[in-house]
Amino acid sequence: MEKQLITLKVNGELHTLAVPVFKTLLEVLREDLSLTGTKHGCELGECGACTVLVDGEPVLSCLVLPIELQGREVLTIEGLMEGGRPHPLQRAFAETGAAQCGYCTPGVLLSAKALLDRKPAPTRREIAEALSGNLCRCTGYLQILEAVERAAAQMRDVRSAATTDGR
Amino acid sequence: MSGFNVIGKPWPKVDALPKCTGETRYADDLHFPRMLYAKILRSPHAHARIRRIDVSRAQAVPGVHVVLTGRDLPTRFGILPVSQDEEALCVEKVRFVGDPVAAVAAVDEWTAEEALRLIEVEYEPLPALLTMEQALAESSVRIHEYGDGPNIHKLVSLEFGEVAEGFAQADYVREDIFFYAGSTHLPLEQHAAVAHYGPDGRLTLWSSTQTPHYVHRALAKVLGLPPHRIRVIAMPVGGGFGGKSDPFSHEIVVAKLALLTGRPVKITLTREEVFYVHRGRHPVLLWIKTGVRRDGTITAMHVRSFLDGGAYGSYGVATTYYTGALQTVTYKIPRYKFEGVRVFTNKPPCGPKRGHGTPQPRFALEVHLDKIAEDLGLDPIQMRRRQIVEAPSLTVNWLRISSCGLRACIDRVVEASGFREKFRRLPFGRGVGFACSAYLSGAGLPIYWNDMPHSGVQIKIDREGGVTVFCGSADIGQGSDSILAYIVAEILGILPEDVRVVTADTDLTPVDLGSYSSRVTVMAGNAAVEAAERLRRLLFRAAAERLDVPEDQLLARERRIFDQADPERGLDFAEAVQLAEARFGTLGAVGSYKPPKAPGRYKGAGVGPSPSYSYSACVAQVRVDPETGFVQVEKIWIAHDVGRAINPRLVEGQIHGSVYMGLGEALMEEHTFHSRLGVHTAPSMLDYKSPTPLEMPEVECFLIETEDPNGPFGAKEAGQGPLLPIPPAIANAVYDAIGVRIDEIPITPEKVLKGLEDKARGGSGRVGPTSIPSLTWPEPIRVEPPPEWRSSGDLT
Repeated sequence: MEKQLITLKVNGELHTLAVPVFKTLLEVLREDLSLTGTKHGCELGECGACTVLVDGEPVLSCLVLPIELQGREVLTIEGLMEGGRPHPLQRAFAETGAAQCGYCTPGVLLSAKALLDRKPAPTRREIAEALSGNLCRCTGYLQILEAVERAAAQMRDVRSAATTDGR
Repeated sequence: MSGFNVIGKPWPKVDALPKCTGETRYADDLHFPRMLYAKILRSPHAHARIRRIDVSRAQAVPGVHVVLTGRDLPTRFGILPVSQDEEALCVEKVRFVGDPVAAVAAVDEWTAEEALRLIEVEYEPLPALLTMEQALAESSVRIHEYGDGPNIHKLVSLEFGEVAEGFAQADYVREDIFFYAGSTHLPLEQHAAVAHYGPDGRLTLWSSTQTPHYVHRALAKVLGLPPHRIRVIAMPVGGGFGGKSDPFSHEIVVAKLALLTGRPVKITLTREEVFYVHRGRHPVLLWIKTGVRRDGTITAMHVRSFLDGGAYGSYGVATTYYTGALQTVTYKIPRYKFEGVRVFTNKPPCGPKRGHGTPQPRFALEVHLDKIAEDLGLDPIQMRRRQIVEAPSLTVNWLRISSCGLRACIDRVVEASGFREKFRRLPFGRGVGFACSAYLSGAGLPIYWNDMPHSGVQIKIDREGGVTVFCGSADIGQGSDSILAYIVAEILGILPEDVRVVTADTDLTPVDLGSYSSRVTVMAGNAAVEAAERLRRLLFRAAAERLDVPEDQLLARERRIFDQADPERGLDFAEAVQLAEARFGTLGAVGSYKPPKAPGRYKGAGVGPSPSYSYSACVAQVRVDPETGFVQVEKIWIAHDVGRAINPRLVEGQIHGSVYMGLGEALMEEHTFHSRLGVHTAPSMLDYKSPTPLEMPEVECFLIETEDPNGPFGAKEAGQGPLLPIPPAIANAVYDAIGVRIDEIPITPEKVLKGLEDKARGGSGRVGPTSIPSLTWPEPIRVEPPPEWRSSGDLT
């Protein structure tokens, strides 16, 4: 099987890998980099479980080839923790019961992060729209929406506290 | 406020953070050195004889290690002892599109796929029976050689008291026919399994399964290995809903491949395969006849259900009984007759899906009662509320009701929703609907009848006070691991974070029968209570001696054991542990649970009994667009009698999830097949419609606590029951909105428009089935009802 040398920047680390060109980002993350936090539910771009961020934007990793990502930054669920501490979204999801079986959770968290980075105070409707590509069969979505709201509020508090301190 | 420290509080789940950081490893996340990958070849025919299989070309592909066919695994298996009708790979014939035929183990998935393409199978197609009507009519074509008749898997006929007598006393009798379409679980995680056979002669299987105990049994049977040489580990399950409760072909196949190759072998089903593996909701055609007094009091009921079982038995015998058994546990029904038939068809096998066999009859019953109330000019709420079962009591079919909070459930949702102000009063296109339901907290009997416990728990404590709980239960996301931690922490007076939970490993954990029938909180919970109380007795005895305080005066909370009369006088938990270990030796305790003996003594009495029944009441408010036929659910009010909420946040999560799944079934989800080929018409997550966050309405939940005498801390189930009232509440709301009865689930825009058009042309506007297949039912087993139902005086 013909392989190609690629360089992939994931969670801030550069990796040089020899992979068949048709291997998707999802497969490379899970199989070559052992980053199994990224899940798969269909491999057809229908369920959202494999969502990762590329330069901050949600991308379905099952539909992307690593060769397209030269020089770009990939963020997976393993890179969401900051300094060994859970991201406010991760904490809020754990506290509100937003992860039941947990299988859709990594993808949902990354879609939510992209939303909050772009829009720190989204309405519930905006959150639902941003997450409408991430299917969940356990929660009925309501505790997920609540968790995103809770994390957003907490992140705003931290930001405004930082601004105040800065003065 | 309760006097509990842990119970009743919204603790995060013990596995919540690992699930949010990507650390939780599911079956497909496992990787071992030298691992091979397996793929399964599946039948393209709905029904065919296998004439010949030639694997020589596949075998010759570089990188292919083994190719298996049915001859390598001829022993039949199945979840129920009465329907051992599956083969890991079909031997002589295939019975549905997707039936497994051959399997390959290769160095990678691509090589395995390439090899599958080179397997030559010569089929002799047989007539495909794709509907119940076809299967019942074509008795010359047999899908299986066993059952209660040609293509009849199971035929049930039970009569409790004389229904004729009950109907004779009725002022009004109504008959209706309903259809509830099949749907699938659609877990986000595709089934996956990894097997390893070590040089020590031991086989290990890691699998995404809800029932490791039953997978263990099936592996031992089919592989012919002694059970003690097989270890089954259920990995965290990425969504089950009943769909991972059977022992599966792919689990047996990887185990066999590992045995033959001596290397770890992994298989992960594709999404399309998950649709074909199925075991989902049975399509059910249901006829119901009820006699009532002028005031709505039920005098008799007769139900006939027709289940489209698909190609194999699965849990189908139990499902058949479940379409009849639980009609009696909400309202007083003094005379009851149930006839049910499960038909084999050449489609993917149906099985248990959240609510197992009860959403279909519940939909029928609650819409039927709504129609009766309207016919008699009665308030649909009041009519139901007046005849709720008593607790404690026995139903006419001998089910024991230990607690019932249905009246409180009804009152909460009716009041909160403003139902009385809205019902029949909202403008055209908007409406409200009401329904109730009940579900069991675990099956009262095990699948293999025996006198052993249904659940076992073992606890060990280390010298620094760390506690480890071992239990065979499988956490499928509902939070059963956390429930064990909360219960043990409460009793030992420590915090959930002090408890490590080890579950679902047949080598390490005592048997728990599995995550099905909403049984785990009640059964594993009770076993955990017993084990923790035994351990606490040892700690109290040692602490009592040291503190010179009577044992019965001690309390354990906040990581201390102390004198309740003088809280200053106490010990740290870890100190008490060390004293107890010095006094008694290594510390440990076991607990187990077996449900109370069911009082029914008739054939069929094994399905329906449970330690307790949960109750729900629901109001749905909808908006129906008469132009498009589109139904939008605006809000759901739901109250659930959970006995006690061990963790109210997790209970609400179960209710939300149930509402969501009920909503999907009510409005869009349907397992559909090509009428001639038997090919799934929507085997993808795009084509198979399920609700997204945008379709999910606001849900207002009310938890009703009745403290059931059989539950741990009074708890009952929460994971399945709240699904049941959703479809009928929505159907009743659609009628309230547009005056059209859709007696068929799902209520699609197409059906709504059909109903409106019919009504505009002067018809009734009803959309739904109008007849049931003619079938000669056997003489019913006549069961004398419990004494309190025997005199006809009960009917007045």
